[in-house]
Amino acid sequence: MTPVLSLRGVTKRFGGLTAVNSMDFDVAEHEVLGLIGPNGSGKSTTLNLISGAFPVSAGEITLRGAPITSMPAHLIARRGIARTFQLVRLLPHMTVLDNVRAGAVFGHRRRWGHEADRIAAEMLDKVGLGGRGHLAVGQLTYIDTKRVELARLLAGEPKVLLLDEWLAGLNPTELQDGIALIKRLRDEGRTVILVEHVMDAIRSLCDRCVVMAAGTKIAEGTPAEVLSDATVIRAYLGDDDA
Amino acid sequence: MRLSPKDWQGLTLAAIALIVVACLPLVASGYQLSLGVTVAMYTVLATSWAIFSGPTHYISLATAAFFGVGAYVTGIGITYLPYWALPLIAGVIAAVMAALVGLATLRLSGVYFVIFTLGLAEFLRQVITWGQNISGTKGIYVLTSITEAHIFWQLLGLAALVWLAGWAIGRSRLGFALRIIGDDEVVAKHAGIDTARAKILLFMLPGGVAAMTGAILAPRYVYIEPLIAFTPMLSFQVVIMALLGGTGRLWGPIVGVIPFTFLWEAISRSFPNQTTLLLGIAFLAIVYLLPKGFVGLIESARRRTEGWS
Ligand SMILES: Nc1ncnc2c1ncn2[C@@H]1O[C@H](COP(=O)(O)OP(=O)(O)O)[C@@H](O)[C@H]1O
Ligand SMILES: [Mg+2]
Repeated sequence: MTPVLSLRGVTKRFGGLTAVNSMDFDVAEHEVLGLIGPNGSGKSTTLNLISGAFPVSAGEITLRGAPITSMPAHLIARRGIARTFQLVRLLPHMTVLDNVRAGAVFGHRRRWGHEADRIAAEMLDKVGLGGRGHLAVGQLTYIDTKRVELARLLAGEPKVLLLDEWLAGLNPTELQDGIALIKRLRDEGRTVILVEHVMDAIRSLCDRCVVMAAGTKIAEGTPAEVLSDATVIRAYLGDDDA
Repeated sequence: MRLSPKDWQGLTLAAIALIVVACLPLVASGYQLSLGVTVAMYTVLATSWAIFSGPTHYISLATAAFFGVGAYVTGIGITYLPYWALPLIAGVIAAVMAALVGLATLRLSGVYFVIFTLGLAEFLRQVITWGQNISGTKGIYVLTSITEAHIFWQLLGLAALVWLAGWAIGRSRLGFALRIIGDDEVVAKHAGIDTARAKILLFMLPGGVAAMTGAILAPRYVYIEPLIAFTPMLSFQVVIMALLGGTGRLWGPIVGVIPFTFLWEAISRSFPNQTTLLLGIAFLAIVYLLPKGFVGLIESARRRTEGWS
């Protein structure tokens, strides 16, 4: 079966710095792929390349076999790849509901009118914000802003979700809620790339992990395999933020 | 598009108000009518300006450029074509120009856009002045039997169209896309919005409308020359009036236009040589004291009376 998403030799250079160096990996349908590695190893940049935030320097990215390499971000979004941002980005002057409606109206499945309202309300329910659509986003707690961002993605009914440290910065109770929420997405059979630092989350959520260090893939396998891999341990321990 | 009873109520009220205002030429003195034309002109310009610049926060100083193009379309075309056709032609030409300007600048950041649009009016003014020097002509006489009342009614009709367009856009996907772009352009792109296309499409509206306004008003000036048609002052006045009223609502700009027109009338009588200076001061005062215009003031007052500010 062709993978949903596939990267071959994907490279990104910023001036003299090679942030992502010849990355190869596939994501299968219904798979949750963990993309892990120390800070600055190129995880966010990889998501940026997949989502079209900027063009690749070399390599090819395909969605169900069709090339999407360096396409403008809005076209990639319409093809069904939806992403969060490492630092949550909401539409600050809009209500919670309108934030989510933005995804429903302009995402992969472009809906309008009552249809869009219905989906937006449904997705708010799904992330645990049912009935709070009228709030201003400024009134939300930190985890709730993350929920809104996730609901915006889901409202577009994407084929692939790219979540960039979605669980970072949550307190222990919030973290449990957050993990439960992602687990539900996983049980729905969604295809996800999860950039994550939280080890518990990686173990319980990911089918497979790709480990990056200094822009390069250094390991790939199940969470148990990669987390016991000597190279991986060295990469993490060699870095202050392990 | 389904309309709620509240929509019908609003539309009916707007139509009645328009009919009442349309009676002005029947009762007003020459001076009053002339002020009425000025108010109508600024209303059309400021409202269409705000439809684009309000949600996107791109400050356009191109009003004078498009207005001047419209005035010249009438000035040159009046000898060959019926007067009624000229605003339409002017509108189409300017909308195409706006699309080209948008294509060149709207991918860049807001600062480049402001400077480019300001330069555009100046550039067109210089080109026409140069053309006149070569051909040895000075200005163009626009001699017609069009009266001030005709001009007023046409501007009123144009204003109605602009409001209708603004109202429809506000409820459309395009309007929603622009509000998202204004809030966070990166999110807009990653949510699937073709941000460049949306901005260019919407920028064509104030461009086309300003040119139509210029085309309609040309007979009022009788004699058109580059400095009158492309005066940069016009671009700044439109921005000030729209900001004074507030761009968050369709009715915002007119709330700024009416007091500003009267104030401006008084100022230019009493201090004819300091108008530019006073315009600058007015601009600073508005930006500092009323960043959301009268609309913001009214809405925060309303929120306070409802008791949840
Ligand atoms: N837009 C950019 N311009 C220049 N350098 C960048 C840019 N984005 C990321 N980098 C650099 O690329 C490297 C990888 O960053 P990033 O992908 O954010 O790492 P991670 O998400 O794994 O922590 C870092 O050295 C970072 O400074
Ligand atoms: Mg990162």
